[in-house]
Amino acid sequence: MRNPLNSYIEAIPPSGIRKFFDLVSEMNDPDVISLGVGEPDFDTPWHIRKEGINALNKGKTFYTANAGLLELRKEIAKFMKRKYDLSYDPKDEILVTVGGSEAIDACFRAMLDRGDEIIIPEPCFVSYKPCAIMAGAVPVVIDLKAENEFRLQPEELEAAITDKTKMVFLSYPNNPTGAIMEREDLEKIAKVIIEHDLFVISDEIYAELTYGDERFVSIASLPGMRERTVVVNGFSKAFAMTGWRLGYAAGPEPIMEQMKKVHQFAIMCSPTLSQYAGVSALRYGEEDIKIMRSEYDRRRRYLLNKFNNMGIPCFEAKGAFYLFPCIKKFGMSSDEFANAILNEQKLAVVPGSAFGNSGEGFLRISYAYSLEDLQKAMERLEKFIETRQSK
Amino acid sequence: MKKEKLCVLNTVKENVMRERLLSAIENHARISTDDLAAITCSTPEAVESELSKLEAEKVICGYHTLINWDKAGEETADAFIEVKATPQKGVGFDQMAAQISRYPQVESIFLISGSCDFIVFISGKSMREIAMFVSEELSTIDGVISTTTQFILKKYKQDGFDYQGYSRDERIVTT
Repeated sequence: MRNPLNSYIEAIPPSGIRKFFDLVSEMNDPDVISLGVGEPDFDTPWHIRKEGINALNKGKTFYTANAGLLELRKEIAKFMKRKYDLSYDPKDEILVTVGGSEAIDACFRAMLDRGDEIIIPEPCFVSYKPCAIMAGAVPVVIDLKAENEFRLQPEELEAAITDKTKMVFLSYPNNPTGAIMEREDLEKIAKVIIEHDLFVISDEIYAELTYGDERFVSIASLPGMRERTVVVNGFSKAFAMTGWRLGYAAGPEPIMEQMKKVHQFAIMCSPTLSQYAGVSALRYGEEDIKIMRSEYDRRRRYLLNKFNNMGIPCFEAKGAFYLFPCIKKFGMSSDEFANAILNEQKLAVVPGSAFGNSGEGFLRISYAYSLEDLQKAMERLEKFIETRQSK
Repeated sequence: MKKEKLCVLNTVKENVMRERLLSAIENHARISTDDLAAITCSTPEAVESELSKLEAEKVICGYHTLINWDKAGEETADAFIEVKATPQKGVGFDQMAAQISRYPQVESIFLISGSCDFIVFISGKSMREIAMFVSEELSTIDGVISTTTQFILKKYKQDGFDYQGYSRDERIVTT
């Protein structure tokens, strides 16, 4: 029999996050505490859930327009204007997708030709590279540095650009590092992008989870960048709506027109009930975001202090719900450290190497867990480190 | 002039600190002073001093534990008692409320609008104990016109805690 498989897909390695957590679930030990999950621990706020139920009660069980309910797109446009000073026409510049992930896939397929290079700074979420490969493009990785707090530097970008480069991937606030890019950082990057006539896909799914005094800045809001940027965002992280699978992309009309084509033929439309719930989220969810953000921020400060007290170097990440402590001084690889602490202290964390080579020597610590869970986890980490230091 | 400005700044800082402290301990009463200091961007000494102030001002009235006594295997009974009363000259309902509050069985008492005057929340070992308390103590207080006892049959949510809520983490590691 012939090989039934597509050689491109076959060659893509499975997700490093899954690899490690398959191990954890194989242990099947109820005493294991995990700080591995990358989704909010909050339930979707009740008014949003109720709107989903109402839609079901009213029999809203049909397809919507391919681009999504116009009512929802209008709310998205208002939200983006209010929050990030971005202006998009709900009629033809916003596409409602099945989570941010689908928006990324559709964007790649609509914009990248076979052989085009897309620059992907790592550490980053595990899907970007595979999606680029599946679209026939060539991912070019930049290894970001801890000393720059994992912010992309203009000279790093310059060095990665070739005559085949078409697009740059930005994902800030970042999974797994929690890094953010402030206005000055983005301005420097924007300059290089405009000079080389490149495009940007900006995954801003964690934008609402930005801590400290700085407000989140979208690269699309900088002069000359709107026309060359596709912004990806969604409801999963800001409104604790991961399972609803609701995201969106916004960009210039000619790009969105082609993305809509991909979406139309592959997906048809996002789940109708989720779209109605999404309207309520955007209209009435501001207070929910505030409550969740301040709880995440408490946990973030708690963990930073703990790492500091334990002597584990960790830069002050100001976004998402992850910290990325450095464990190089213990003389183990990320994988070895994660395996050892799992076996000895029953604490599961994701090795930084799951997010690219530059994640080696780091751990991803998710604080989408209650403060009580984090306290227990830190006790275990402390014990583990004591045993290592006395060895 | 300069001094005045500094005072304003300090007050703002203190207000922020208070707000941060209160919202942190509202749901995490067992957290250590060190951790509270980290969470509120402060020092353990400043946290201690602010907590003492808040306690002295009765902004913080206690650090309680919400216990599900049914699960602990303890036999308990709780009731809401609607109390109709005659206000007294010069003191209104306050003196009577103080008198009712003195009973240890009384967990809460509120003056309310509507068809009765007080709602009294009582906790006891059994329905019988509560019934005895109402008939022999509460209803005999001067000024009490009538009482209506409503026993609690099942608790669904209390002090923000949903007794029926799911506690198991069903999230899987995918992202």
